[in-house]
Amino acid sequence: MSNTSNTLAPLSQRLKKRFTSAVSIADAYNEITLEVPAQDILKICLALRDEDDFKFDELIDLCGVDYLAHGDVEWETVYATEAGFSRGVHRMLDGTPPPGKTGDNATCRRFAVVYHLLSIDHNERLRLKVFLPNDEPVLDSVVDIWSCANWFEREAFDLFGILFKSHPDLRRILTDYGFIGHPFRKDFPLIGNVEMRYDTEKQRVVYEPVSIEPRTLVPRVKRDDHRYIDKGSSNGGAN
Amino acid sequence: MAEIRNYTINFGPQHPAAHGVLRLVLELDGETIERADPHIGLLHRATEKLAESKPYNQSIPYMDRLDYVSMMCNEHGYVLALEKLLGITPPKRAQYLRVMFDEITRIMNHLMWLGAHALDIGAMTVFFYAFREREDLFDIYEAVSGARMHAAYYRPGGVYRDLPDTMPQYQASKWRTEAEIGKLNSIRQGSLLDFIEHFADRFPACIDEYETLLTDNRIWKQRTVDIGVVSPERALQLGFTGPMLRGSGVEWDLRRKQPYAVYDHLHFDIPVGVNGDCYDRYLVRMEELRQSQRIIKQCIKWLRKNPGPVILDDHKLTPPHREQMKGDMEGLIHHFKLFTEGYTLPEGEVYTAVEHPKGEFGIYLVSDGTNKPYRLKIRAPGFVHLSALDEMSRGHMLADVVAILGTQDIVFGEVDR
Repeated sequence: MSNTSNTLAPLSQRLKKRFTSAVSIADAYNEITLEVPAQDILKICLALRDEDDFKFDELIDLCGVDYLAHGDVEWETVYATEAGFSRGVHRMLDGTPPPGKTGDNATCRRFAVVYHLLSIDHNERLRLKVFLPNDEPVLDSVVDIWSCANWFEREAFDLFGILFKSHPDLRRILTDYGFIGHPFRKDFPLIGNVEMRYDTEKQRVVYEPVSIEPRTLVPRVKRDDHRYIDKGSSNGGAN
Repeated sequence: MAEIRNYTINFGPQHPAAHGVLRLVLELDGETIERADPHIGLLHRATEKLAESKPYNQSIPYMDRLDYVSMMCNEHGYVLALEKLLGITPPKRAQYLRVMFDEITRIMNHLMWLGAHALDIGAMTVFFYAFREREDLFDIYEAVSGARMHAAYYRPGGVYRDLPDTMPQYQASKWRTEAEIGKLNSIRQGSLLDFIEHFADRFPACIDEYETLLTDNRIWKQRTVDIGVVSPERALQLGFTGPMLRGSGVEWDLRRKQPYAVYDHLHFDIPVGVNGDCYDRYLVRMEELRQSQRIIKQCIKWLRKNPGPVILDDHKLTPPHREQMKGDMEGLIHHFKLFTEGYTLPEGEVYTAVEHPKGEFGIYLVSDGTNKPYRLKIRAPGFVHLSALDEMSRGHMLADVVAILGTQDIVFGEVDR
């Protein structure tokens, strides 16, 4: 993306100058991320859409992220090397947040809503990020600013339980009618909570607690060994 | 006097014109649409959640199953995200192969769209014509990847393998006569690249055939002209991308504006519409077919002249050759680690987008430094387009909903994810 990188550098400066209330402006992988406080979201979105410096007239994507288990691994290499080879995969998240994730800081940075904006005029992209408190993820809806936010916000509500204030029609969208829970939260098990079958006696579909066992085929691991050090100058990975 | 009230009717989820599993609740005043409320999610498989529990490479086949009529373009979006985080660039030849297969996929997708769209509003023949050509494209997929649809051909660092030197031949069967098989095999004598070139050479005549059936067809025009008009301003507001946006007259194509792979080395034009109705979007897509053929020709020319590696030789990311794996300890360890654990990505987040046949297909990937994605968000163009169905169909007749659904090129694999 050579032609965008020329214009991206000024964008971060323009943002810095204009949005003094922003929490942070990060530039990584040639992408600009603007983190803003939740209460300012409407004001900032409106400015980003309408002001000549930005002109982000298209909302490309809006999604929720649950940072509850960020950085957790299922298989600590240290254990395996100290106490012999261990098959001890400890499965993540069976409902209780892992230790070290319950501090004040963690509680108010659990959920994030991420907006991806596109400016057709300037050929620029921007990622807008808002962190929401753990217990009450509520945010103003941007449907009035970009119409296409409607379904995206419904999706974020459905999958993460993030509420959007003054959304015209905040219904579930992807899950089944009558679904309970928010399945993309990290404390929602991959296998789900209920399973469904047709009961011949009752002559209808019945829901029951899941009968299958969760299992981890490949543990989530983090590696800091020599394979991942000095990647750029390695000779094609010859050792 | 009889009481007059609005009808609410249920369209789908098992209606042939619903393009899969769309349930549409329509409120009608007589035959005029007052409100259209699509109920989606009947094909929801939680692809994004599943991806969180798998090493990165194991999610590539899932990408094929999102928009299951343009498989390789989905893969392209995903591997680009991985490559961006890994900081690697695939070999030039791999990039040309990707572009060529992206365009083959675009033709595949547009043929499916054309056939189904025409069939929905009453023109049956086009469907058969379109599927005749699609069959050859599936053979191309099969020859290169072994699978006719769900190829899993793109890998981070390149593509799975180079183009084969021979094309598979049709075998004798009781459903085909000797003469038919001879005819099918006669164009399959050379390499895969010869076969693709043969296809590219005869394809423009095929497009002419479709256009003869539709472009000046009185019924086709009655069904599409001035139906589902979207102004450029509304198109941006509604998040349109791809042919839906270009149909409204906005010249926006990621292949040109934010080029990825080798699109900046290739010559092609971007067609745009004027009126933003179903007919203009039809014209835009027909022209895209011609442009895709043009790009394929350029790729064939380059690929013939430039042999070389198609995937990086870094065995931390790509599997070693079979002989190496069997005969060399190092190769064995690499193979084992790669297929049991995969590779880890640096911590960070990226968004990559490709110009998918339907619009902008984006992957937002959050990595926490482990061997599985922390969060993978798939930005599917169909999802956004379908959300505009209500606005596009308001005030139209019931029969026009089918034309609007057709013009949106909806596929539920990606809408529901």
